[in-house]
Amino acid sequence: MIDTLLSGDRPRSRILAVVLVAIFVSLAAAPFLFPGTRALDVAAKVCVFVLLVASYDLLLGYTGIVSFAHTMFFGIGGYGIAIATTRLDPTWGAIAVGAVAALAISLALSFLIGLFSLRVKAIFFAMITLAVASFFAILASQLSNITGGEDGITFKVPELLRPGFRLLEAPLLGVTIGGRLITYYLVFGAALVLFLALLRAVNSPFGRVLLAIRENDFRAEALGYRTVTYRTIANCLGAAVATLAGVLYALWLRYTGPNTTLDFAIMIDILLMVVIGGMGTMYGAVLGATIFVVAQNYLQDLMKLASGAAKGIPLLPDLLHPDRWLLWFGVLFVLSVYYFPRGIVGQLRTWRT
Amino acid sequence: MSAPAAQSDALPQSRIDFVPVLLVVAIALGAFALIGSPSTWVTLTVAGLAMGLLIFIMASGLTLVFGLMDVMNFAHGLFIAIGAYVAVSVMKVFSAAAGADSLAANLGAIAPALLAAIVAAGLLGLFFERVIIRPVYGQHLKQILITTGGMIVAEQLIHVLWGADQLTLLRPPTLRGSFLIGDIALEKFRLASVVIGLATFVGLVLLLNRTKIGLLIRAGVENKEMVEAMGYRIRRLFVAVFVVGAALAGLGGALWGMYQESVTVLIGAQMMVLIFIVIIIGGLGSVGGCFVGALLVGLVANYVGYLSPKIALGSNILLMVVILLWRPQGLYPMSKQ
Repeated sequence: MIDTLLSGDRPRSRILAVVLVAIFVSLAAAPFLFPGTRALDVAAKVCVFVLLVASYDLLLGYTGIVSFAHTMFFGIGGYGIAIATTRLDPTWGAIAVGAVAALAISLALSFLIGLFSLRVKAIFFAMITLAVASFFAILASQLSNITGGEDGITFKVPELLRPGFRLLEAPLLGVTIGGRLITYYLVFGAALVLFLALLRAVNSPFGRVLLAIRENDFRAEALGYRTVTYRTIANCLGAAVATLAGVLYALWLRYTGPNTTLDFAIMIDILLMVVIGGMGTMYGAVLGATIFVVAQNYLQDLMKLASGAAKGIPLLPDLLHPDRWLLWFGVLFVLSVYYFPRGIVGQLRTWRT
Repeated sequence: MSAPAAQSDALPQSRIDFVPVLLVVAIALGAFALIGSPSTWVTLTVAGLAMGLLIFIMASGLTLVFGLMDVMNFAHGLFIAIGAYVAVSVMKVFSAAAGADSLAANLGAIAPALLAAIVAAGLLGLFFERVIIRPVYGQHLKQILITTGGMIVAEQLIHVLWGADQLTLLRPPTLRGSFLIGDIALEKFRLASVVIGLATFVGLVLLLNRTKIGLLIRAGVENKEMVEAMGYRIRRLFVAVFVVGAALAGLGGALWGMYQESVTVLIGAQMMVLIFIVIIIGGLGSVGGCFVGALLVGLVANYVGYLSPKIALGSNILLMVVILLWRPQGLYPMSKQ
């Protein structure tokens, strides 16, 4: 049963298995385990980013192509929902329309970009996607009558998902059973299903061909696989899942704006999560996203303490300043690329043998 | 120009492909027809040339490094940012001279600022090549990741050293304002940028075509193994090219900071997009292509910005797509690709 769900791709490390189960249980029971809006926000963000990072890993870790346009597809999902619900009524129908339209746009765009640039070197693809994504970000902030510009769009969600909605009159186990809880479980459930689907994809024959392309595209081509076709399909698949992640994130925030979806900083975050967690292992996305998002929200408190403690020593308080937390993740990232190319998950798996 | 040597009869002679150059002229003339007013056209053209040449200064090193060693440095924007920040600091030291209303005093402030920017970016380039890039030669994926990581760390360190706020980098009084010739207004700083940019281009062309080092670099771009087999240490040559490229980026960053009169850590990342477009248009690895590409991008950005501001943002991407449809490998494709 478990093997079928995980598509036969077991964690292959006892510590990893324990950690994954712990993360899964924490997320599944987050509203009951960690009361408070901030904790639930963090949990929802973890769910969304696990999915987003996993879809990016499909490109970077499994196919070996670097895209800087992943946040663009994430953003298309968010804007699709936001625009559809504000133009139409905030109903489930509008959400479906927005999601489908966003998916269609993402697929078309990723197909075009792929067709255009995946034939050539990895570097070329990386440069083209960087240019296209930055252009898209500027476009979104300029076309303010459609996208709300820099302010973004705050929108209404269907009745069932609104914070004011109550499913049960009395709180259950001290937790209000209302719109926020339902939204959280919607996000969690959708992310879980899509993650398992991605796991299925990378463990299918299709996924094996992607790995072959990553290892040696020339040889894969010689064996009779059309590498361009496979790369393009992987690119479109990754873009589609990223779009859905954007849809989920927008539903959770009830807001879409450049800073929550299209910002280049988010692209950097995704890269950090993939590489630190472990490229080419879907579980790396789970670990990377969880560690990163939790650190993003709680490490700063810790650094504030450390920075205060280091007062008086030159430069050190500045280095430990709460706003500089990305510095330390950057260092971790560089070290990961050099010394642990398979990230935390790869390291855990090596220790076992 | 370092256009690839065409296979010709007896002696291989580099033949320059003039079609892209004519394209630049054609675009300028076409814009003249659309704009109509000569004075506006001259102002826009000078602005476009200035922007293009500044981009060329920043981009030339990156494209050379790619051509020579097949390394794409996604942290190139870092050198731009460092150049701009160092220029801010040095200008602050010479603030009296920079604020004075005499050209000599102003130059006395700008020259050390630019020099410091060049040196700082060059040294950083040396460090970057030795420590960050050296272990990942030949691995494209890791290069992209590691240089991006290096950029994240370095951007944060810039925040630590200079603070996270936007800094101002005021142009000295004698370089502000513009010359008026008839009803044509020519901004002084833009003219200065054009002069510096052209000097850089001419210097690079002379270096590449008239010196032995230039010969080796061009030979290395064409066929690295052969140069090594002749007994030259291409690695050393590469370090030198990398450092010069970084130093030029630093110079470009300092000038661009003065052009905008403000500096944030994002200056590098913002320029990187334009630089990538320029070197893709020009053909990866080609200095001549980079020059023509930079002029095209600068001119088109300014003309379109005037003619229809709405699509100005997309003009660069559009230009890239059109050029790639015409010549999929860029204007001057390198022979080995």
